[in-house]
Amino acid sequence: MTDHNKEVDSHSGTETTGHEWDGIKELNTPLPRWWLGIFYACIVWSIGYWVVMPAWPMINGYTHGMLNHSQRVNVANDIAALKSARHASESKLASASMDHIQSNPDLLQFALAEGKAAFGDNCAPCHGSGAQGSKGYPNLNDDVWLWGGKLADIQHTITVGVRSTSAETRQSQMPAFGKDGILKPAQIRDLTEYVVALSHRPANAAAVKRARQLFSDNCAACHGEDGKGNREFGAPNLTDADWLYGGSPQEISTQIYLGRGGVMPTWQGRLSPETIKSLAIYVHSLGGGE
Amino acid sequence: MFSHGILERNSLLLLVGILVVVAIGGLVEIAPLFYIESTIEKVHGMRPYSPLELEGRKIYIREGCYLCHSQMIRPLRDEVERYGHYSLAAESMYDHPFQWGSKRTGPDLARIGGKYSDEWQRDHLADPRSVVPESVMPPYAFLTNTPLDYRDIADQLKANRTVGVPYTDEDIANAAKDLEAQVNPDSDGAADVTKRYPKAQVRDFDGNPAMISEADALIAYLQMLGTLVDFSTYQADAPENKR
Repeated sequence: MTDHNKEVDSHSGTETTGHEWDGIKELNTPLPRWWLGIFYACIVWSIGYWVVMPAWPMINGYTHGMLNHSQRVNVANDIAALKSARHASESKLASASMDHIQSNPDLLQFALAEGKAAFGDNCAPCHGSGAQGSKGYPNLNDDVWLWGGKLADIQHTITVGVRSTSAETRQSQMPAFGKDGILKPAQIRDLTEYVVALSHRPANAAAVKRARQLFSDNCAACHGEDGKGNREFGAPNLTDADWLYGGSPQEISTQIYLGRGGVMPTWQGRLSPETIKSLAIYVHSLGGGE
Repeated sequence: MFSHGILERNSLLLLVGILVVVAIGGLVEIAPLFYIESTIEKVHGMRPYSPLELEGRKIYIREGCYLCHSQMIRPLRDEVERYGHYSLAAESMYDHPFQWGSKRTGPDLARIGGKYSDEWQRDHLADPRSVVPESVMPPYAFLTNTPLDYRDIADQLKANRTVGVPYTDEDIANAAKDLEAQVNPDSDGAADVTKRYPKAQVRDFDGNPAMISEADALIAYLQMLGTLVDFSTYQADAPENKR
């Protein structure tokens, strides 16, 4: 305001703005110097920033600035640096045979470290952070393998997946014997007893006897006459104490009724062949590798 | 002589002044985004959401998934290492509104499509701790039991078209049919779904062919996230893509 006579408050020695309410006058206290200093410094800084960094949108693009800063170039460089740091070991990993990696301590250590890191984000959600699995998701620590526990088997399973979208996927499907009406409830009850007996547990002898032919007709093609499974079809061994969908008579009966089978995605494309190799070695090392 | 006092004493004049200043800021900062080359990215493979995916996206928003999950892989080394190629602006071109999110209590979901199986998504939605013991995500078990209400799906497509999503009249006329066909691979319309929406995944997502549930829609949406852009033809090194 310029249209008032400058009046100085006698108590504080500060000018007033000339505004007055009920005899109370407003002091025109100036902004603190430190604040003004920072304010003007910011303006100066922003001008410098416009010059060196990408800033103004223009008609056909934007000002790139003297530093030519680009987030995408930066990340490309970071990834290139990462690749070159890994290059020596990674290229050895790519060319070495699985057996060679296993016998070379340096390479093995590299593969195990890479495998562990990749496992945490990609595999742990289903197989568990300790690879312990859960109902419907196989435990990878034990020596029970659906599709084979050799390095090459594990590598292939990770690459193509199980019932996945890959053209070469490992593929098999247990029929839903109950749901699709292939077997009658009484037959499923008998078969359940038979599977319980297969795993060396007490079962109803009469039911087991009745189910012998049923098992041979419906189950043996994949699980084998002796129930020991067949890795070619990912058919589990029914004579051991490990159960993918639970081993209680109730759970076995449910599985015969529904014929569930899990899906493992194909990791080809999402993970590099070297990472898949490392994962195979890591999983193989967990305890059950053959 | 212009003085600040005039503005302070005339609220209408002050309002006009504010509008003029804000409009200049908007023109300079926003308008160029609509025409400068570097903000309009050309990629192959993007298409509008199929009706089922659109319904799934609606459930994603309704349940507030975006509060804990981002859909934005930033151009940083560690993120690219974990989640895959950084997100492109073009990948949310048909999102109204986009689901970039701003907080990650859970992991980023921009490329979750195909990473885990339908069965896992089902188990995980029903009871996250059954598969990830350390998870803090709430359970969404009701999704598999709740029939999907898609009576207004054609209108949803229309609404999206109003804001610029290129749905055709044919898409809109067949919206409900396409939605039903996408969960039923044996139906006659299944081939039309992949014809109209390339790369659409056609199968029963929730494991219950008898009902189209909310889980069907949500899992269909999750399984397509980040899968559309063909990165074999996207040239990250091209000068126009460096920014």
